[in-house]
Amino acid sequence: MALRCATPEDAGRNVADRPAPAFDEMHADGGIRPPYLEIARFLEAGGQAALEQKRREAEVLFRRIGVTFAVYTEGGDPERLIPFDVIPRILSRMEWERLSQGLEQRVRALNAFLADVYGPQEIIKAGRIPADLVLRNEGYLPQMVGFTPPGGVYTVISGIDLVRTGPDQFYVLEDNCRTPSGVSYMLENREAMLRLFPEAFTRHRIAPVSHYPEELLETLKSIAPSSCQGEPCVVVLTPGPYNSAYYEHSFLADEMGVELVEGADLFVRDKVVYMRTTAGPRRVDVIYRRIDDEYLDPEAFRPDSALGVAGLMEAYRAGNVALANAPGAGIADDKAVYPFVPEMVRFYLKEEPILQNVPTFMCEREADREHVLANLDKLVVKLARGSGGYGMLVGPHATEEQRAEFADRIRARPGDYIAQPTLALSTVPTLCEGKVASRHVDLRPFILFGRSIRMVPGGLTRVALREGSLVVNSSQGGGTKDTWVLDDPPKPGQAQSAGPRGLAQTMDGMTQSMPPLPPLPDAANDPGRGFR
Amino acid sequence: MLSRTADSLFWLGRYSERAGNVARGLGATLRMALLAEPADGAEREWRALMVAAGCEHGFRERHEAAAHEAAIHWLTLDPANPSGIAASVESARRNARSVRTALTVDMWEAINDTWLEFRRLDSGAIKGDRLPGFLDWVKSRTLLFNGAAADTMLRDDAWRFTQLGTILERADNTARLLDSRHGAFAPDVSADAACYAHWQAVLRSVGALRAYQHVYHARLDPRRVAELLLMRTELPRSLLSCYARVERTLQTIANANGGNPGECQRLAGALHAKLRFGRLDSILDGGLHGFLTGIIDENITLGQEIAARYLNGKNA
Repeated sequence: MALRCATPEDAGRNVADRPAPAFDEMHADGGIRPPYLEIARFLEAGGQAALEQKRREAEVLFRRIGVTFAVYTEGGDPERLIPFDVIPRILSRMEWERLSQGLEQRVRALNAFLADVYGPQEIIKAGRIPADLVLRNEGYLPQMVGFTPPGGVYTVISGIDLVRTGPDQFYVLEDNCRTPSGVSYMLENREAMLRLFPEAFTRHRIAPVSHYPEELLETLKSIAPSSCQGEPCVVVLTPGPYNSAYYEHSFLADEMGVELVEGADLFVRDKVVYMRTTAGPRRVDVIYRRIDDEYLDPEAFRPDSALGVAGLMEAYRAGNVALANAPGAGIADDKAVYPFVPEMVRFYLKEEPILQNVPTFMCEREADREHVLANLDKLVVKLARGSGGYGMLVGPHATEEQRAEFADRIRARPGDYIAQPTLALSTVPTLCEGKVASRHVDLRPFILFGRSIRMVPGGLTRVALREGSLVVNSSQGGGTKDTWVLDDPPKPGQAQSAGPRGLAQTMDGMTQSMPPLPPLPDAANDPGRGFR
Repeated sequence: MLSRTADSLFWLGRYSERAGNVARGLGATLRMALLAEPADGAEREWRALMVAAGCEHGFRERHEAAAHEAAIHWLTLDPANPSGIAASVESARRNARSVRTALTVDMWEAINDTWLEFRRLDSGAIKGDRLPGFLDWVKSRTLLFNGAAADTMLRDDAWRFTQLGTILERADNTARLLDSRHGAFAPDVSADAACYAHWQAVLRSVGALRAYQHVYHARLDPRRVAELLLMRTELPRSLLSCYARVERTLQTIANANGGNPGECQRLAGALHAKLRFGRLDSILDGGLHGFLTGIIDENITLGQEIAARYLNGKNA
């Protein structure tokens, strides 16, 4: 097959060949944007050789601590470092406040949607989303119908991937409602920066992130089932050391001071979950599971799963244990469901969405399909459903034959495909081969939802290290950056040192009272609207 | 503590100790092989060491003669030898990684740095003049790990299970090394130069040549060498010292885990008593080989009973 393949996570990041001039988060209209004023001076003073030295120190640091992700499919070192870039990505407090409100709103809507589709299914009855799209989706688990998880929360931990195209233009690229990873990099990146650049920290007021594990533990405790007596026993369930995110699993368990268990460490007796300890069985109340739904319980899902715990779903449904995230939460982050999230916000919360979706064409609909077929050279086409198939077409990169082949596929099975325009992701200066150059970034904030919604400011910034590349995935040459949310607003004195015009515009944009983000031009946005 | 965590700590202790023990044994054997008079003397030495390390069978399947280079490679860098240094380092690190959170940073770095450096070794690292340096390095890494554990671990079950693995492996090693030269300890043996070399080699392989002089202030003598390795409390690698610690550690673990001591505690007590109250004369008269194989077998059973009681999670 001549088509380019990628994982679902890549979808949407493989965008245009020559993207429109991307928004530079540090430089705008000949000046430095306010959040970057101090770091720009700092970089200028230090020079690139010093940065390269720091980069090498960081690598030694990460290798020693053992912050690696495992890649067992290719040759070479099985435990690799995700490249870490020493130049931070900086957001102002105002930018973050606005994002965090949008994130909270989105996560509330996604949870309301989950409670609804496994319950009364009002949104389907109201005709706001096609029934088949939900009920026949691979991510929809019949085992969850009619059951309310402890606390009524499905997505206890979510990661929402955001991209930026301008001073005020943030788009949600993807919701991750199953087991989003990367938070350990967010925390370790900050620790590394504190060790490498203590001076830079004295010159900024950077919102701390290191309390994330405490927030996570509090959140997990807060969803303990009502049957739990006394202090809840929380565990992290991992597939084991060969999982690519194992470092993160052990890191989080360690930081929270709870046991890191594998499936074989747990067993179910009389619908109660226990772990095997040297002092005999010990009851478990809350499981932060980092294994997929289908491997969770061989009795309920895949019978050949050796990673899960037999009888876990029965114990869960009996209300004797809480699972984070709830099984079946994946229906909310399905690619075909994604276009309907803004509609969920309106339907459940009676609010206008603060964060916009990337405009998405659904090939199932005739008007969209015709547009897609006529513009294949400009669009990214992806498989819509489930995560079984990874085929995608990056129009601008594809050959004439590839586009023709894909057009045939779309005509044959239109319901399987969605398409999105290519986006010019924002850039941040990045150290590449000893030189500072612009590279595209995205942002994955983590949202905790227990009795209340908690977030630590910022998230994980991923950066595409290859020139011109929009692929930020670690498996495809992506790296990470520390993400700073500055606590103090830029001072007027500093503002004047930046390019006057650009700054004035930026400042204006930020001080507005949070208007809904403007949609992209030429968009078949929000297919949920008007759907019948 | 999770049974699996206890299991990994136990084997981490065993494998780390094993790497150091193989290095010590190899150093002593290397000396013997170099000094060996007849042509087949060196080969006998290498075979004896491999028997002691429990990897002679695997070697025989791959090599016809126990040539110097082949034997050294098998015991050091060959990952196919489960009792060799390479596999021990790999297994120690694998176990450490799966219980990363139960270790202190210093312990993890001791193990992880060893593993990282080991992966960078070229095959020349064990050739010729570089071999002694390599063996010293392995020994020092095991000492560093033991020191990191002793100096930084909380005195909780994590410490106890790591200790338990370390000491059990050490007892096994002392018994096997002594057994591999049991011929030199027969009651009717003549004190010729060859036997003298064997006694020296046994002491050297557990790092106790100096210790012997400090305890006895006398020429090497088979009874005393045997006594030192079997039942002197002063020597931390003697079987008595090891089993005293095993029994004490198991008692503390039982107290911390509900009080039921289990079969492993009884076995450890019996082994300890055998060495504490046994008479050296009757052991030597009855045959050192028979006595030591008995100990080695009981040590295996003890390991299985510890697993059944604490490590495999079937104690529900």
